[in-house]
Amino acid sequence: MFARGLKRKCVGHEEDVEGALAGLKTVSSYSLQRQSLLDMSLVKLQLCHMLVEPNLCRSVLIANTVRQIQEEMTQDGTWRAVAPQAAGRAPLDRLVSTEILCRAAWEQEGACPAPGLGDGHTQGPVSDLCPVTSAQAPRHPQSSVWEMDGPRENRGSFHKSLDQIFETLETKNPSCMEELFSDVDSPYYDLDTVLTGMMGGARPGPCEGLEGLAPATPGPSSSCKSDLGELDHVVEILVET
Amino acid sequence: FFEKKLISFLFCLNYTADIISTVEFNHSGELLATGDKGGRVVIFQQEQENKIQSHSRGEYNVYSTFQSHEPEFDYLKSLEIEEKINKIRWLPQKNAAQFLLSTNDKTIKLWKISERDKRPEGYNLKEEDGRYRDPTTVTTLRVPVFRPMDLMVEASPRRIFANAHTYHINSISINSDYETYLSADDLRINLWHLEITDRSFNIVDIKPANMEELTEVITAAEFHPNSCNTFVYSSSKGTIRLCDMRASALCDRHSKLFEEPEDPSNRSFFSEIISSISDVKFSHSGRYMMTRDYLSVKIWDLNMENRPVETYQVHEYLRSKLCSLYENDCIFDKFECCWNGSDSVVMTGSYNNFFRMFDRNTKRDITLEASRENNKPRTVLKPRKVCASGKRKKDEISVDSLDFNKKILHTAWHPKENIIAVATTNNLYIFQDKVN
Repeated sequence: MFARGLKRKCVGHEEDVEGALAGLKTVSSYSLQRQSLLDMSLVKLQLCHMLVEPNLCRSVLIANTVRQIQEEMTQDGTWRAVAPQAAGRAPLDRLVSTEILCRAAWEQEGACPAPGLGDGHTQGPVSDLCPVTSAQAPRHPQSSVWEMDGPRENRGSFHKSLDQIFETLETKNPSCMEELFSDVDSPYYDLDTVLTGMMGGARPGPCEGLEGLAPATPGPSSSCKSDLGELDHVVEILVET
Repeated sequence: FFEKKLISFLFCLNYTADIISTVEFNHSGELLATGDKGGRVVIFQQEQENKIQSHSRGEYNVYSTFQSHEPEFDYLKSLEIEEKINKIRWLPQKNAAQFLLSTNDKTIKLWKISERDKRPEGYNLKEEDGRYRDPTTVTTLRVPVFRPMDLMVEASPRRIFANAHTYHINSISINSDYETYLSADDLRINLWHLEITDRSFNIVDIKPANMEELTEVITAAEFHPNSCNTFVYSSSKGTIRLCDMRASALCDRHSKLFEEPEDPSNRSFFSEIISSISDVKFSHSGRYMMTRDYLSVKIWDLNMENRPVETYQVHEYLRSKLCSLYENDCIFDKFECCWNGSDSVVMTGSYNNFFRMFDRNTKRDITLEASRENNKPRTVLKPRKVCASGKRKKDEISVDSLDFNKKILHTAWHPKENIIAVATTNNLYIFQDKVN
């Protein structure tokens, strides 16, 4: 995968590559973390169907978080589709703004400084970005769908699923609890591993950081494989019964 | 306030196995009520005798225990209704008996707590144990008299206010007219008359026509302490709305909207969640109100809507841990807050059994811990400090060592004296400042 390729490159090489690497890591790790947050939130929403009676405030707050992530991913998705053609300043501005968000949201110690991205590495992050996207595609089919084709459609269907959750909060049928629970258990713990891997380290070096992410990838890929698909399935069950 | 030797006495009551869910002093401070997850209410009473002595105030002892709510089953939804007591509010005392309102998720009950220390003796037709006497053995008549007996405290439900809430009740608040009260759930607020149980008026309804559009819920509500037509309610988006019941029957349009603009530099995916207000309390004077969100306590002047007049950071060191706290659900913890009797100090809970006090005048703050291990009875509580990052000094505790299962959500301050009640998960602590 791209991460491993980078690691090999990094072992022998200069500041240049490390700088690009760090910039790349910032963006890709932000996306990965954001995806994990999204997955975790979806799991939480499913889990709250299991409780005696879901806490409405908590559900609303989680759902709002999911909407925020999804909106941002939709915006980013549009941007990524354009990036190969319009390389240059605009994508870098985006990089900067997401980097700031990164810092606020994820406490990125050792994150590369934004100006550094622009100076010597104009081509580096941008050109490296495309391979990341395609490398990520098999791991995260949903996000690549959002990036490439009609994000609007998916947004619509996603919203619909989310809204159906709220409908079902009112008309819940506990007979499908067992079924839901069995699907949800393993993914949740895999996410846990992912997050522990991300949040644990103090000051990861560029390779270390990626390495920290790498073992987690089989986890998310299997557990989050079709979280949205599962969610639709779950909601279908609830709405039909 | 903090100049005096602070908070020295520990009257720890380790009575309950169940999780404490609410704590409330009555209007005189003589009684302290707690509610728990098992639907029980336990009332403590302050001893009166020691008041005469200058060096200590009376201790609080168990006065009455009763089962307020039982678990129920909603057959339509196939869901259990928890018996957990969400809130207790005392009515001001009008006669010898005490009255309080207690509520779970769906039903509010008015309880009368009365003392009985005399009983009638000398009935003509009954023996003392209650058995009926053979009428043929009755040869003389006597007048029954009251004789002293051991004090018995009885609690009886006088009113049950049910079936008015589709969603979970989070607040009850008694109006300053002492005749009406409000109850608030996630989406609606109802107004009741204390005497009438089969009817309530809906005064706020934020349920969208289409539930799919739901993005905001009501988190707390309270009547103004002096204006019987005014109340506030807070939301999960960090807003507080002040409503005037004289304006219209349905107070969906607020008179005032209190909201602080978001700080763009602190924006993250968790911004909305941490801005959700978990508690709102008017000051005793009625001039200010205090709100608690996840990381801070804010004091608002009712005359200024666009920002709070004071903001106190409760545990800012948690800001960098929000993702973990989201994962383990701690970010949804609902902390309460309270004023002292003179509105000069505010208090709220935190994690690791820490609680915090902020002196509004001196701007000093203190962190204390409610635990048996670290405090011997009748000794001054030692201030605690959390080390956010870097080198940890001796006696400081690092953020990563905090126990997030030990949370203090409920605290209460005696209305007149410096006596506080602090509830950890299973224990109630009562502290008071040292009187020299």
